Amino acid sequence: MSTQAPFTIEQFYKYLAEGKLMAGKCLKCGKIHLPPRPLCDNCYGQDFEWTEVSGKGKLLTYTIIHVAPPQFQTLAPYAVGIVQLENGLKIPGMISGVQQEQLKVGLELTIDFAACSAGQAWPQWQRYCFRQT
Amino acid sequence: MNGKPLVSIVSAGLSKFGKHEGLFAREIFSLAVKEAFDRCPKLDPKRDIKALFIGHMGESYEHQGHMGAAAADWAGLLGIPATRTEAACASSGAALRSGVYAVLSGLADVVMVGGVEKMTHRTTAEVTEYLAMASDYPFEQFHGITFPGLFALMATAHMNAYGTTQEQMAKVAVKNHHHASLNPKAHMQKEITVENVLASKMVAWPLKIYDCSLITDGASCIILTKPEIAGKFTDMPVHIVGSGQASDTIGLYERKTLTSLQSAKLAAKTAYEMAAVKPEDVNLAEVHDCFTFAEIMAYEDLGFCKVGEGGKLVVEGKTALGGRLPVNTSGGLKAKGHPVGATGVAQAYEMYLQLTGQADKRQVKDAQVGLTHNVGGSGATATVHVYRSDQA
Repeated sequence: MSTQAPFTIEQFYKYLAEGKLMAGKCLKCGKIHLPPRPLCDNCYGQDFEWTEVSGKGKLLTYTIIHVAPPQFQTLAPYAVGIVQLENGLKIPGMISGVQQEQLKVGLELTIDFAACSAGQAWPQWQRYCFRQT
Repeated sequence: MNGKPLVSIVSAGLSKFGKHEGLFAREIFSLAVKEAFDRCPKLDPKRDIKALFIGHMGESYEHQGHMGAAAADWAGLLGIPATRTEAACASSGAALRSGVYAVLSGLADVVMVGGVEKMTHRTTAEVTEYLAMASDYPFEQFHGITFPGLFALMATAHMNAYGTTQEQMAKVAVKNHHHASLNPKAHMQKEITVENVLASKMVAWPLKIYDCSLITDGASCIILTKPEIAGKFTDMPVHIVGSGQASDTIGLYERKTLTSLQSAKLAAKTAYEMAAVKPEDVNLAEVHDCFTFAEIMAYEDLGFCKVGEGGKLVVEGKTALGGRLPVNTSGGLKAKGHPVGATGVAQAYEMYLQLTGQADKRQVKDAQVGLTHNVGGSGATATVHVYRSDQA
């Protein structure tokens, strides 16, 4: 794995577009950062390596957004949640293809890398979402 | 620290909360300022006030940043150092905390702290977008998560962990609308029922429109002095005896827990210790009910009840006027309104009225110790202040 790519949020989204969920691991204290960051908040180390993370996890909490910002109004109502991945780290995102009645805490979900991208001037990243495992 | 006054409030002003069509934020602020000056004839503003801190959340509403200087100008205070503080919905809680720093530093004997927001000229979609700016961009806003959405995520987690219900949340709205009906400056003046709340339009499940605070225009200000000189300005000062502020992750998803706000718990711990006060000593509180669920969580974070029992506390009526610990006698953000930058100091204004016996129909009898709790964003900032009446 190359260690040249900067440990930034933008790089995290670049890996997502390649179908990889990547976190930064601090080489000094071992803390895993999702999203990656250039300065470890635990030990202030600046040396990291990329580590691939499983995109499977369980739903910790969820909501259905009915009143949306202008950019998302065509999608509303839509479900979003916070997912705890298999390694314990947490990540939020939209949940696609699950009926509202079937949403429940503990539902098993898997990340979908090629999801619901809405065009915008900045940032031109691809969005991920979660689908039922 | 042992409960001695840190600073004293010698005057306070609040604009009417509601729609101020055709007014700019700075013009609304001047209405609050005028009331504060009128209440305190012994204060010579141009001579005495040495600094201004003003909470203001968003440049987007009026395409206007740099509110410190603009507010100082419209308050007739040009020349003094004037600084805008921004901590989302806790912007003026942070202004208050900054005022405490300024007075305690010895650099200023008398300071004005305030807050303002002008919101109602924008559409709900625009306001939703501007408010969301106070949350994490790359993982929350970018994925369409709104502010009500973030509190809904916490509410869902709390319901799942403790069995909190939508009916309990609705009770918070009913109580705060009742309180607002006794406050002529509140945005909402009408009572509502639990059925009204439950039948109202969904915003972010389980939060409905009547679970949400209001899009409101308004401004607030108070005058702080060193406690030793408060008597020069008024016979009825209110003392701030505890001041806490704390931070947490900008993204809700990174928090250790989704059912409480660590920032609020930390800020409360600091403020309680400074004030030498325990939660059971508090006679009344203004808490950050940006959503009904947030008030339930605040009870727990502030130690007013056990964890998981916040819903029960409101249903039993203990936090209503006439109860053991009235909460949000002003109507709260829910019904008085939530001009975001103005809210933290508006809470202090209500404490000033209550602890000087000027709260009229909503007066809490024999109140001596009060608390305010102001939350920024989904809890990345919280400020907590403890107040004592001069008679205490």
